[in-house]
Amino acid sequence: MSAPAPSGAKDQVARLLTLVPFLHSHGEVRLDEAAGALGIAPEQVLGDLKVLLMCGLPGGYPDDLIDVDLDALEGPEADGVIRVSNADYLSRPLRLTPTEATAIIVALRALRSTASEETREIVDRALAKLEAAAAEGSAAQQIDPGEDHPDRLDLARLEGDLRDAVARRRQVRLSYFVPSRDEQSERVVDPRGLVSAHGFTYLDAWCHSAEAPRLFRLDRIDEATVLDTPVTTEPEPPRDLSDGLFRRADDTTPVTLRVDREARWIVEYYPVEDVRTRRGGALDVDLLVADERWLQRLLLRLAPHAHVLSPPELDQAFTRRARDTLSLYE
Amino acid sequence: MAVHKSERLLNLLIMLLVQRHYVSKDRIRAILYPDSSTEAFEKMFERDKEELRSLGVPIEVGNMDAYFDDEPGYRIRPDEFALPDVSLTADEAAVIGLATRVWEHARLAEATTEAVRKLTALGLPLDVGALDIAQPRLSADEPSFDVFWEATQERTPVEFDYRRAGATTSTTRHLEPWGVVRYSGRWYVVGRDTDRDEERVFRLSRVQGEARRTGAPGSFDIPPGTDVRATTMRLAPQPTLTRAVLLVRAGSGLALRRDAESTEPGVTGPDDRTGWDRVTISRSGPGVADEVLGYGPDVYVEEPASLRDEVVRRLRAVVAEAS
Repeated sequence: MSAPAPSGAKDQVARLLTLVPFLHSHGEVRLDEAAGALGIAPEQVLGDLKVLLMCGLPGGYPDDLIDVDLDALEGPEADGVIRVSNADYLSRPLRLTPTEATAIIVALRALRSTASEETREIVDRALAKLEAAAAEGSAAQQIDPGEDHPDRLDLARLEGDLRDAVARRRQVRLSYFVPSRDEQSERVVDPRGLVSAHGFTYLDAWCHSAEAPRLFRLDRIDEATVLDTPVTTEPEPPRDLSDGLFRRADDTTPVTLRVDREARWIVEYYPVEDVRTRRGGALDVDLLVADERWLQRLLLRLAPHAHVLSPPELDQAFTRRARDTLSLYE
Repeated sequence: MAVHKSERLLNLLIMLLVQRHYVSKDRIRAILYPDSSTEAFEKMFERDKEELRSLGVPIEVGNMDAYFDDEPGYRIRPDEFALPDVSLTADEAAVIGLATRVWEHARLAEATTEAVRKLTALGLPLDVGALDIAQPRLSADEPSFDVFWEATQERTPVEFDYRRAGATTSTTRHLEPWGVVRYSGRWYVVGRDTDRDEERVFRLSRVQGEARRTGAPGSFDIPPGTDVRATTMRLAPQPTLTRAVLLVRAGSGLALRRDAESTEPGVTGPDDRTGWDRVTISRSGPGVADEVLGYGPDVYVEEPASLRDEVVRRLRAVVAEAS
């Protein structure tokens, strides 16, 4: 016998309750086709089918058992077609569980909110049919995915375009906004992939202007045009951002900040090297700063709840900038 | 052994499904558990029923005989077992196929896929065509999301520690959850706060740690006519719109200009080192002062006075601390 499902008897029964009706409704299906359509490994399907052989009506007669033509699936005579008979009572799939019904209905509602007028009409028809089939038990009315903000839709489209460019290895022209420099830039990049960190999605790409790999936050991309020109750099898998957004680079400055309780959120928001708790809920935070303008902007945003402990010249620069700003008003 | 147990579960299911009447426990034992002691049988049978039920198999318990109600019988009604017919057109099937890619939440993504598998088993051709749809993503990273989702479905009361916006300590709250709602990108749970006996809305990201169930499923009813979305919109803190009139140094403040309501170029500014433009923006939420402060001496607040005062007060605090 092939290896039994690692996930146990319950999951195997669940798969069979889908497999048998699938075979029933599709007629003659090849093992690999069935496996593909249901998203199950072919060996798993074969193992599941073998269980069926020992199942059937409770009479105990040979005719009561479900029949599976194993010779068609294994051995020299095999044509790979699954033939199951004597299982008509399992010809229909099991009802959707409340969780399944809710999950699919909520997913469709989310799709609906992003769809065009025509597609929305299709989604509505599909939803009506599913809601009728799920009838009771579904808590879909209690779960509301909300309307997506138009910005999010643009992001979803942008993401689709960029994934397409990665797959087809095409260059992309970006119009990108760099907030720390308060600057809009145009550049051509070789896209490598999309990665997520800190709740944002980034495009990892080779930037031809910087002549270096760069990360671009999707919500700061104003415009992206997928070009016909193929990428000119060797494709590389996108970076793994799970341990901090930016790798330690040579051109960063180690900075220690003292932040009050009100500004503590920054340690969850930005990659930090170390955090030490101080009296009164304040924190000393070590971080690597690649761009001093970014730091000055952050300090002013947090004012007066953060200042620099070291290096001192950065704290002086911060105070100077605060004084310059204040002088506009006095 | 997994295979052996799969056979037993499936045989039990078939046995209860094909009988028109309740099947007695004795008969089930004689056929499917012939070699087990009474104690072992009771234990296995109990667990097998539970496993089938957890798959969604509706096993009914009834009395075999109206006169001897101590003998329970079991059955599965085919009409409650089977998914009713769903006939989908090709385009409807295509959007349903797309639904499998929406959830960025392992359990719900799997539940959606399983639902689609069942529909595929009905004979529906659910291939994902080249539909022109922007693919939305629903993520739910809040650790308590699963418990609230389930408790809402089961109508089970929950208890959790909650930290309100701006608060530094959390308090334990008790809620009969009516619904889970996403509103401007965040998940909220809405329900009756049983300590206060009032409708309340809680943001899931402010729930500290795991939420805990504190009662039995079906412990409460959702008031008829409850619209969870409308309730959330009513109770969730409303984004307040602040309009600010700013003077922005020529060539800077790009993000402010990008979504400005209006821009008036070449106005008189607080200094004449550069030219200045008058930029009017509107923002929701309390972060306008932070945003404006970030620009340092490139942005000057004209109105409202409250924003101007806040900016000046915070700058003075920085300067005072340094001297």
